[in-house]
This record gives sequence, structure tokens and C-alpha cells, in this order.
Amino acid sequence: MTNHPEFLNHPGNAALQAGSRGLTGEYLLPSAEPVRLINADGTAHSGGKYKESYTLPAPETLLQGYGGLVTGRRINEQAGALVRQGRMAVYPSSYGQEACQVAAGMCLRRSDWLFPTYRDSVAVIGRGVPPMAAFEALRGDWHSGFDPNRYNTALPATPLATQLLHAVGVAHGAKLRGEDTVVLALCGDGATSEGDFHVALNFAAVFHVPAVFLVQNNQYAISVPLIHQSVAPSLAHKAIGYGMPGERVDGNDLAALLAVLGSAVDRARNGGGPALVEAHTYRMEAHTNADDSTRYRSAAEVAQWVPRDPLMRLKKYLYDAGALGSAAAERFAAAAEETAQALRDGLNAETRPDPLDMFRFVFSEPTPQLREQGRQLEAELAAGQAAAGHASAAQPSAGRP
Amino acid sequence: MTAAPAINAPALSGVQSLTFAKALTLAMADAMEADPSVVVFGVDVGKLGGVFRVTDGLTSRFGEERCFDTPLAESGIVGMATGMAMNGMRPVVEMQFDAFAFPAFEQITSHVAKTGNRTRGQVRLPLVIRIPYAGGIGGVEHHCDSSEAHYAHTPGLVVLTPSSVADAYTLLREAIESPDPVVFMEPKKLYFTKATVDLDALRSRHSSPADRGGANGVPSSIGRATVLREGTDATLIAYGPSVAPALAAAETAAAEGRSLQVIDVRSLVPFDDDTVNAAVRSTGRVVVVAEAPGFASMASEIAARIQEHCFHSLAAPVLRVSGFDVPYPPPRLEKYYLPGVDRILDAVDRLQWEES
Repeated sequence: MTNHPEFLNHPGNAALQAGSRGLTGEYLLPSAEPVRLINADGTAHSGGKYKESYTLPAPETLLQGYGGLVTGRRINEQAGALVRQGRMAVYPSSYGQEACQVAAGMCLRRSDWLFPTYRDSVAVIGRGVPPMAAFEALRGDWHSGFDPNRYNTALPATPLATQLLHAVGVAHGAKLRGEDTVVLALCGDGATSEGDFHVALNFAAVFHVPAVFLVQNNQYAISVPLIHQSVAPSLAHKAIGYGMPGERVDGNDLAALLAVLGSAVDRARNGGGPALVEAHTYRMEAHTNADDSTRYRSAAEVAQWVPRDPLMRLKKYLYDAGALGSAAAERFAAAAEETAQALRDGLNAETRPDPLDMFRFVFSEPTPQLREQGRQLEAELAAGQAAAGHASAAQPSAGRP
Repeated sequence: MTAAPAINAPALSGVQSLTFAKALTLAMADAMEADPSVVVFGVDVGKLGGVFRVTDGLTSRFGEERCFDTPLAESGIVGMATGMAMNGMRPVVEMQFDAFAFPAFEQITSHVAKTGNRTRGQVRLPLVIRIPYAGGIGGVEHHCDSSEAHYAHTPGLVVLTPSSVADAYTLLREAIESPDPVVFMEPKKLYFTKATVDLDALRSRHSSPADRGGANGVPSSIGRATVLREGTDATLIAYGPSVAPALAAAETAAAEGRSLQVIDVRSLVPFDDDTVNAAVRSTGRVVVVAEAPGFASMASEIAARIQEHCFHSLAAPVLRVSGFDVPYPPPRLEKYYLPGVDRILDAVDRLQWEES
């Protein structure tokens, strides 16, 4: 069991622990199998034995989520096309993982915070960030295109697991100031090997902050499969070592994600402390367009995941339930197309970033040295030298992400 | 060590004899008093008051929410501070010892230094990372490194290092008020040096937030070097732990009939070219003194800047007196490593006096 006095004294936690008090810490362990509420064939899942009772979200909620999945899928398809057309150098696809992305946005209030990674563009757009603002870093004009404070959404992090600590800091600040903010931090399976993953979970538990960690276990860290990342029974099992509850969920089942994340977010908001959720999903495409996934996984393996697709599953369920009609489907498709159009227009536009921006934001006021270097570049620009240099240097680069 | 009643007395004011460490404590206490968003955390900074007692009394005065211990993980301390700064707080964190900060180096270089730039200035991180650094205390391995060049080399970090009791107070107050992240390097061999300072005068400089332009009539110390001793024959440029041997060398040289000027850089980033260049032009001869290994160092940067800016004023090559390019030596060898008065004066002798 966790020893944190705030955890033990939280009424909800005391009730949940009732059957498993003592040193076994059983409550902190994830359910025996990933939580699923809708099967891959679109039927409601019954008979799952989970440590908490999770309720199937209302049809209206799922319909809204389905709309998010349609847009998310369209973003991934459009981005893939734009990469192939050379409109941006690199795109880390979340094709197949859209349910995690959509659930992340749906379980938070506007005043909550999301901490995304580079693969979470769909989740970022789900927070209300304009599509091109979310893609600014991928276009290459600047490292980011939006103000985190406006959307309570941090800039996507490229180093692995570092952002989990920033999430803990925002949550700790919120706690110290008596706000009911919850922070949701995303990472992948590879990030669970990084030191900062462990430091962040430990800090979150010790300071008992309102943070929920969602590991999108898509089975690969670039080319390295999960078995080379961890031999723990599951990534969710790691939670017990820090004294927080862990849970695993079918990451292609939006209904289950909403239930599990919703439960963790509610508990965090009510003072119940942090939680770790592992979503089992699959990266249907390569790490990025610069990666060749055929070198490390078979077509047969990828094919196994096709029938588990989050979008088709929810579509079937909602259709059978009579909640999804052609009017709604057309509305969702139109909204998705609008987002895709914004990306096409934005990435096809001939933009011209201001080179002098390099010097403007390093400090709140540029140092004398930066002013001097800015004047130097300005002179070069006036003489036309820098423009010529830029043209020869503007080869797209392949790399992380 | 006895408890520290002094810090529990906010009334401490007027002309006082203070240690360098106590000046830092007072700077934090005054900042915490003035601004409820200032929080102090790190390892052993709470009840113990820090291994050097720099945070002594802050927990008892401001409570465990304002000054608290964390789990032992430096990347966690800096990473959490980053998030807290994103969320409207002003964290002041302690790294305990220079080389212990390296687990936090990724957070510092990849996030702390870059967030303001990434967000086009929309998210500034007003946090201070206090790092006790450098040697001269007989410390064991990993306790005496001079790591300032790592931070100075990283664009986006303000890097400060005081060498006097008064500057310890002033620079730390300004660091806490800075909108930009500050790496605050504290020469640990100075912690228990004492000086008499006028606290009221120091505090009066901080009645309003520091501004680099000095719009309130009070010039900021960030970005400004100071001339500690006037001289006409050569200029010694030093900072932090090397200021004392530079001043001692100037004193000895004066007895030998040589007039040495001494500059304390104080602010490694931003760097005060104006003060340094004016000094160099007035003497034409320069020795840069620093404790860190000289190769690819802050001393190298200063020497390079001087020859770029003042080449025609120089009567001799700019010399560096620095630590050797070896890992910081064990305690019984550090006296051979640290730049001392003799090594500084030997360098001054090599400034081609006979040719001028």
C-alpha cells in the first residue's frame, strides 16, 4: 500500500482499498487484464473483471468522441500526404492511436493542463489549438506556434519523459495555490525507460499532486520492441513502486479510455493523488516518415492490429446503437475536412520566417551580444548574402523525432 | 552549529557584519517576504537549512509549503521548478554541489534555457538554480568542479557569480526578480567569509523589480562587471572564487611598484564587454584569472573577446591563469591546482614589460 497520508486519508481511496489493506498494495496494481468496454467488433464488452467498476460513457459522449476520431484520422492521413509531397520534413504519425489522443482531450476541463509529446498533435488540436499552430514546429518556421497559457497545453516535448516533470511542477503549483487543476501528461513506452519517467512518478506520489500519467504503449520505441524496453508484467505495474494506482486499458477503445482516464482525473481533482494509466495500442505507421518499419516488424504483425482499429470499432458500436446516422457522419466528415484543409492551406502557403526572430526571444531583453549578432545578420540580409546561404543549406533533415 | 535566530528576525537591518551565506539567506528571505510566489526547494534545504546552511531558517519562518525538501533527484528538482514557473511561481532551487547538478543538465539545457525562445517569449521561466561551485574547501571528488562554462555556453541562461557579501545579496535578489532563468553560481569557499554591509542600502535597491535598463534610477547588477581596484599597468579580470587571489596579487604587485587594475565580471551571461573593454584599453595588458580548466572555458571566451575588441590597444597577448586541464584534484593536491597569487604575478611578469 502507499504510505502517503493524503492518499490514505482520502475517503475514496480508503473505500477502494477496503478489500486489500496491508502490505500487499493490491489496490495499486492494475486490473488483471486491460480494461475494455467495447470489443473490436463493436459489441459491448461484458464480463471484464476490473479493480474498479467502469461505466460505458453515454452515447452522446461517445458520439462526440467519434467525431474526434474522424478528425484525428484525417489529420494523420493529411499529414502523411503532405510529408510525401515534401511540404514538411517530418511527421510522427499517431495513426491507430487516435483513441488515446481524443480521450486525453476529452477527460480534461479547459482549466486543466495537457503535456503532450511530439506524437500527440491530434491531442493538441483537440485542446482547441488551431491546426497550423499545432503544426508550426513541423513546418519548420519556429519551434512552436501557440501560447501554452492560452490553451493550458504545454508545447510538445521531443526529449523523452522530460515533460512529465514539468507536469508535476504545474500540478504542484496548482496544489499549493488551492486550484482544482488536474494535469495529464502523455508519454510513450520508450519513455518509461528514461530516468525522468521514474523521477516524475516519484515526485508526483511524494508530493501527492493532481497528475495523471498516460503511457501510450504503442509497442515500439522507433525500432525497439517492448520486450527490449521492459520485462515488467506491464508498464502499469510500475505504479506500485511509487505508491500510486496503476491501471491498463485497451488503447484502441475510446469508451474504456474515457472511463479509466475519467476515473483517474476525478480522483486527482478530488485530492486522491496521481495515477499511472497504460494504454495498449499500436503504431500502425513508421516512427516517422524517415523510418523504415519493415526492417524491424512484419507485415503480418501490423495486419493483426487492423481489425482492432479504434475508429471502425466505435463506428460500428454507435451505428448498431442507433446513435450514428448519416447526418452526423456527414457533419463529422465535414469538420475533419475543414481541419485537413487548414493543414493543406497552411503547409502549402509560402511563408517567410523572419531570421531576426532568432535573437528576439532568447532572453526577455536581448543581451548586448545578441543585439550585435542581430545587427550582423541584418547587414548580411541587406547585402543579400544570407539569403543565398540559406537556399543552399535548406535541405530537409531526417532525425528525431 | 547553532540555530539561526538572526534569520528569524525580519527586523535585521542597518549596518551588519554578515557572512556570504547569510547574505544569500537574507536575499531569499526578503524575496519570499516580498512575493508569495517565491518558493525554495531542493535536497536538505528544509530543516537542515542546506549543507552550507544557506537556506537556514526559511522553513521555520515561511512554512513547509514555501521552503521544502524534495526526493533526491536533481532533474526532478529542476524539472518540477520548470513546471511551477510555468504556473506562475518563482522557484529558487539548490543543487547542493556543482557536479551533482549534472543529472539536471538535460532539463537545464533542453527546457529551462529554451522555453522562452520556443514560445516566442510567451512563457518565461523566472526560476533560479543555485549551484555551490569551485574548490578550495578540501572537498572530495564531485564537490569542487567549476561548471560555469557549461551554463554560459547554453543560450538562454543568465549566469551569475558573486564574489562579495554585498553582491551575494544584490545579485541573488536580482536573480529571483529576473524574468529569465538564472544559474546562480556560489563560490563555496566564500560561504563563511564576512563583511560589514549596510542592509538598508542593499534592500532599498530592491523596492521595485530589477530592470536591466535601470529605468527606476537603480542600474541592475545583472550584465554589469565592476572595477574593484584601479590600476594603470595591467588589468586582472576574474570572477567568483578567483577575485580574492586577483585582489591579493594586485596588493602584492603594488608593494613591488606595479599598479594592477582588478575587474570582477560577476555576470558571465550577459557579459559586460563595455566595462571590460574600457579597462583593457586603459592598461593594454590583461590576465584573465579563473579556477576552471582553461581549455574551452569562460577565461578563453573573455580572452578571445578582448583580442577581437581591443587588439590595437593591447601591448601584449592576453594571458589566462586558470585551473589545469585535469579533473579537479584530490584535497591534498588542490593547492597545486588553484590559481594563486604567485601564478597570477608570474603571468603579469610575462606581459612583455620590457618591450613597452
